[in-house]
Amino acid sequence: MFHKGFFKGILGAGVALTLATGLPAIAQETVKVGLILPMTGASASTGRQIEAAAKLFIAQNGNKVAGKTIELIVKDDQGTADMSKRLAQELVVNDKVSILGGFGLTPLALAVGPVATQAKVPAIIMAAGTSMIVDQSPFFVRTSFTLPQNTTPIAVWSAKNGIKKVVTLVSDFGPGLDAEKSFKAGFEANGGQVIEQLRAPLANPDFAAFLQKAKDLKPDAVFLFVPSGQGATLMKQVAERGLAQAGIKVIGTGDVTDDDLLNSMGDDLIGMITSHNYSTDHNSPENAAFVAAFNKANPNMRPNFMAAGGYDGMALIYKALEKTGGSTDGVKLVEAMKGLAWTSPRGPISIDPATRDIIQNVYIRKVEKKNGQLYNVEFDTIPNFKDPTHK
Amino acid sequence: MSMSHLTENSAGASSRLLSAAKWRWYEIAFWIVAASLFFVFPTRLALLTEIVTLGLLALSIDLILGFAGIVTLGQGAFFGLGAYAAGIAAKYGMGVAPLSDPIVGLLIAGAVAGAVGFVTSFLVLRGSDLTRLMVTLGVGLIFAEVVNQARSITGGADGLQGVMLSPVLGIFDFDLYAQTAYVYSLGTLFVLFVIARVVMNSSFGLSLKAIKGNPLRSRAIGIPVNPRLIATYTLAAAYAGIAGGLLAQTTQAASPDMIAFHRSADTLLILVFGGAGHLYGGIIGAVAFRLMQDAFSSGSPDVWLAAVLNALPSFLNFWPIPNVLTVIFGLMGPKYWSLWLGLVLVLLVLFVRGGILGLVQSIYVRIFPSRNKVKP
Repeated sequence: MFHKGFFKGILGAGVALTLATGLPAIAQETVKVGLILPMTGASASTGRQIEAAAKLFIAQNGNKVAGKTIELIVKDDQGTADMSKRLAQELVVNDKVSILGGFGLTPLALAVGPVATQAKVPAIIMAAGTSMIVDQSPFFVRTSFTLPQNTTPIAVWSAKNGIKKVVTLVSDFGPGLDAEKSFKAGFEANGGQVIEQLRAPLANPDFAAFLQKAKDLKPDAVFLFVPSGQGATLMKQVAERGLAQAGIKVIGTGDVTDDDLLNSMGDDLIGMITSHNYSTDHNSPENAAFVAAFNKANPNMRPNFMAAGGYDGMALIYKALEKTGGSTDGVKLVEAMKGLAWTSPRGPISIDPATRDIIQNVYIRKVEKKNGQLYNVEFDTIPNFKDPTHK
Repeated sequence: MSMSHLTENSAGASSRLLSAAKWRWYEIAFWIVAASLFFVFPTRLALLTEIVTLGLLALSIDLILGFAGIVTLGQGAFFGLGAYAAGIAAKYGMGVAPLSDPIVGLLIAGAVAGAVGFVTSFLVLRGSDLTRLMVTLGVGLIFAEVVNQARSITGGADGLQGVMLSPVLGIFDFDLYAQTAYVYSLGTLFVLFVIARVVMNSSFGLSLKAIKGNPLRSRAIGIPVNPRLIATYTLAAAYAGIAGGLLAQTTQAASPDMIAFHRSADTLLILVFGGAGHLYGGIIGAVAFRLMQDAFSSGSPDVWLAAVLNALPSFLNFWPIPNVLTVIFGLMGPKYWSLWLGLVLVLLVLFVRGGILGLVQSIYVRIFPSRNKVKP
């Protein structure tokens, strides 16, 4: 056993550490925004994109709004739900944040829902894309996208452009199942037929067996969905399986041809058609300014749809605070957010007052090479498109 | 060696063995301090609750590694099984006792994990350290995949939603400040700790130490090695299950990462960090690990950097000092906390034997050499 004086040192160190980390810095005129993001682990790219975009928004628009100073606090939940929940609790009771935001994956957002409801703090979903999340708390507001919203357009487009038989391959979790269901609904309503629905595990996926099965079924096209960050692995295996050589088209949501990774995926992708809410290549003055500023602040990153969600999330917070005259009352803030509309880097967007979900343009895009780099080039627009599964 | 020397030695040994079972003042102080944190840090109770569950999991590993000497990477499986057992019970209880009662939930979690621990212990007994490591790892991976595939029961990769608990003892609801959660988890940890302490200081615990020291010789002097190891493994599995149940209840969710490999590895690290074989090592390791992680990953490096650069005297403001500072501060904050944590861990393992407890002990021995005469 150990000896006298044993715990003095440990407790002293523990107390000092806790004091150092837990010092409250409460100022009446400060509005704290707590972002809970996966900054390490498998979804780290999501967190880094959103953090960079949120900081960029503050740098561009100043940290003062409606007489209040905005302070951003970023916490790493490592992509684990129990951590997200604990951090949300701490941000509310310890840091006294007025607004929560971030949430890299559906389970992480769902874990925070009860905290937002109980504390009456608005929680801005900047990434997670399962349709039903916004129904889980009246304080959820979304600035990212939903899978039904991004999937239905490519389903309709495929059916109308000579594709008759499709095999779907999605990641086996909430958003993937949403994508699978929406694709089938949109595709079959327009005369197509989904001949097989494959699901790959979310963690440490190996797509080879699924892609081989899809190839053996000889469909006209394979529809793909994987979350942000997994696209590169998937597309490498698509090329290895030789789907293109077998005459099978590859289509998907823009999550697969993630702008952040697209350049590293290689020229095999040229011609791939996807539908999505944001492309770095989107042609508008707002987006040109956004991409230029983002690249200047983060030389090694290309803003993707996660960055767009984070940037617009901060824009939503600023606009809502302006509308409430700086009041941080959670109910008032959510009321103020309902119906807000503005032009974002991705085009015109608004918050549906009925569902607190985002209404935005969804674009049909094709991977093309421009100035030696790969881009998702938009060629068709479905304007002001609402998640079709919301009532 | 004279006869008198021998008797003296054995008398010393037995008194030492008996005295280990006595509660020391610093142990009592430890638990008083743990309880008083409720009042000292009323806004950090969520973090403290998480530390308690982590400490309980580390304690369960201490039972099999620190006492029985079995290296395991599979304790996360029992943790996860407990989490899902408690979570599913609460979900189908719909917030109404008895199924949603937290304490019933913990008993279910412990029973399920303990049962699985008992069954798998026979696999673990086969082979040497490396084989055991692989077997425990394999068992963990199997259950992780089962949880992932059984979507209709566990919610698959999205995790288990809708975990609703009735109030603790029918009175205390789980609250936003985690007051109930902290008292409830600390109480559970204390009860389980006392049980573990009694067991490990009994003749059963002493025989485990003998087995750890030399299994062949222990068998030769009549210790039933395998039954003892099976009992310990089962007990540790039940402890891990209860820890998982606590986490699922206090976060009202269960997710596949609760059963993932990294829980086992992290917690093994935490135990080594704190010091294995003392019962307190896991808890202290959990406190230190989580506090360091929290300290390294919070804070705003940009603000600090600006402050430091502003305060930098002009005679120091030449190349490469500002650049070096920028790089160092750039590595702080939520992105790179694992870098600093890893650095501390490597240094601790390299230069200090026996983790934090080993460090404190060696410092103490250096300061008061005279009081350390009874050390073997």
